[in-house]
Amino acid sequence: MSPDQTERPVSPDPAVSPDSAVSSDSARRPVGSGLAERVDFGRRVLVLRGPGVSARLSLKPLLVTVVLMLLALAVGVLALGTGEFTLSPAQVIEALAGDGTRAARLVVVEWRLPRVLLALMIGAALGLSGAIFQALTRNPLGSPDIIGFNTGAYTGVLVATVFVGNGYYLLAGGALAGGLATAVVVYLLAFKRGVQGFRLIIVGIAIGAMLASANQWFIIRMNVQAAYSAALWEQGSLNGLGWAQVTPAAVILAVLAGVLLAYGPRLALLEMGEDAAAALGVRVERVRLVYLIVGVALIAVATATAGPISFVALAAPQLAQRLTRTPGIALVPSAAMGAFLLMLSDWLAQRAFAPTQLPVGVVTVSVGGVYFVWLLVRQARR
Amino acid sequence: MSLAARDITIGYDKKTISEHLSLEIPAGRFTAIIGPNACGKSTLLRALSRLIKPVTGEVLLDGKDIHGRPAKEVARRLGLLPQSSIAPDGISVAELVARGRFPHQKLIRQWSAADEAAVVGAMAATGVTELSGELVDTLSGGQRQRVWVAMVLAQQTPIVLLDEPTTFLDIAHQIELLELCVRLNRDQDTTMVAVLHDLNQAARYADHLVVMKSGEIVAQGDPREVMTADLVERVFGLGCRIIDDPETHTPMVIPRSSLG
Repeated sequence: MSPDQTERPVSPDPAVSPDSAVSSDSARRPVGSGLAERVDFGRRVLVLRGPGVSARLSLKPLLVTVVLMLLALAVGVLALGTGEFTLSPAQVIEALAGDGTRAARLVVVEWRLPRVLLALMIGAALGLSGAIFQALTRNPLGSPDIIGFNTGAYTGVLVATVFVGNGYYLLAGGALAGGLATAVVVYLLAFKRGVQGFRLIIVGIAIGAMLASANQWFIIRMNVQAAYSAALWEQGSLNGLGWAQVTPAAVILAVLAGVLLAYGPRLALLEMGEDAAAALGVRVERVRLVYLIVGVALIAVATATAGPISFVALAAPQLAQRLTRTPGIALVPSAAMGAFLLMLSDWLAQRAFAPTQLPVGVVTVSVGGVYFVWLLVRQARR
Repeated sequence: MSLAARDITIGYDKKTISEHLSLEIPAGRFTAIIGPNACGKSTLLRALSRLIKPVTGEVLLDGKDIHGRPAKEVARRLGLLPQSSIAPDGISVAELVARGRFPHQKLIRQWSAADEAAVVGAMAATGVTELSGELVDTLSGGQRQRVWVAMVLAQQTPIVLLDEPTTFLDIAHQIELLELCVRLNRDQDTTMVAVLHDLNQAARYADHLVVMKSGEIVAQGDPREVMTADLVERVFGLGCRIIDDPETHTPMVIPRSSLG
């Protein structure tokens, strides 16, 4: 691999050109000369090439992603030291490395680490899910938390609890079934000679509102204790989660991320329109279905684990896009932004009214609500 | 590299547009498909480019059913400029053109020297090299259409289909685009198929005409033989004289006037 960085203006690349003695003005020579000249992409790109392997990465999204991940980790370290048993960041890192006192290791690794890992993973899952649906609908409002998919996933959870029982996989299955059923209903109702983004959003908001009242009805019908925990859960909370929830969530999310990786740039190609994507060799129907399922599965895992957390899926892709200036919605920066937002929200939820712990969903709703209003106003003006 | 339709019936939902249509696209030539509005010319092009699947019959690419082949493999042989495409917000010209390389790329091979050479070549052929780093949103209609053509060229396919490529362009850009097509056809031996509206442009730049009416092919062949006053009257319901285009010596349609 030879990492090398292009900047504007165009300069020839010794790693690419068979003739490395080319002077810089030959790059401007009329093309078709057979020389592989550097292309001006209008932004800084990093080209990596080895035998049979090559990649082109825009520098800004790469840097933004790395910075967001570091920030999310930093907040994570703070969160690990926060609580009744306060630790400095240095003590936290010591405990994570396996040093420090036994008490510190117990608090950090056994008690608090699962929650931090889940905040990062679920945040990333929400960011990815939002990015997928916003890209598919080509609309910043086309987010799973707006179009009722996470409400539907939560309905699935409640139905599973009421009629079947408890357990992570049962709840995850209920969330997935509820989310998919909602997606199918919303798509069918919004379908009229193809699915139009805005139509889908309006239908989704309506279905979501209906499901929300159905959820309330389920909760009223439950016994008091179940209703209490369900109501708490409905806020979206990471309180009381442990290693038992980390492992299954991690495995499922890794599989889903693998599918997204294997599908490469197809989501971006779909954004150019169905015909253009099909002409480039994307099997539009199948690929869209897979993205739909993966998007719903991501939100379902998040909902099954922590309840319906709103606005992270809505805001993360758009914030990431504004920072990175990528063409269209990019998955990886959205995931990093989602992880950072949820980590930060959860830390605020723990700190804001300490020792009272707020559900993280309350924080994301309060902060995200403002953003949502701004977005609606902007859309209405168009 | 051959493209043909064999006895295809095509349409949308339950509405049939064409029945039992057969057509051979001559290799290495520039074919224009013409006909009045709603005659099924764009539908035929969509079927040829596998965007819609025929109800019966097959579209054959190199003698094999186009729908039975891997999508990316087809995309390495057949390029298409669709009628409507959406340039994502904030995409630069070179980034859009580079997307044409998708059928040649793999998960671990996203930007090979060949990809780069194809993008550079496609931008040069369409004259957008200077715009390379500009955002597509900021370009004029004519420039934007050239960028989309560049994306199709970057695909490096021996067959290129264009669905009404001149529609939103002013007259100078229409001529420029059509001459670009002719040049690509001549220089790189690319088989070109375009749905066109303007009869004179079709007769001037294409060397093979396919004339459609009500879902059927009513005539095809060399423009000099096909484009007659009788045919224009029959297909378009337009009385006209055909004169010699003084510039290219191709048939030129002069509509008759009913005003005294």
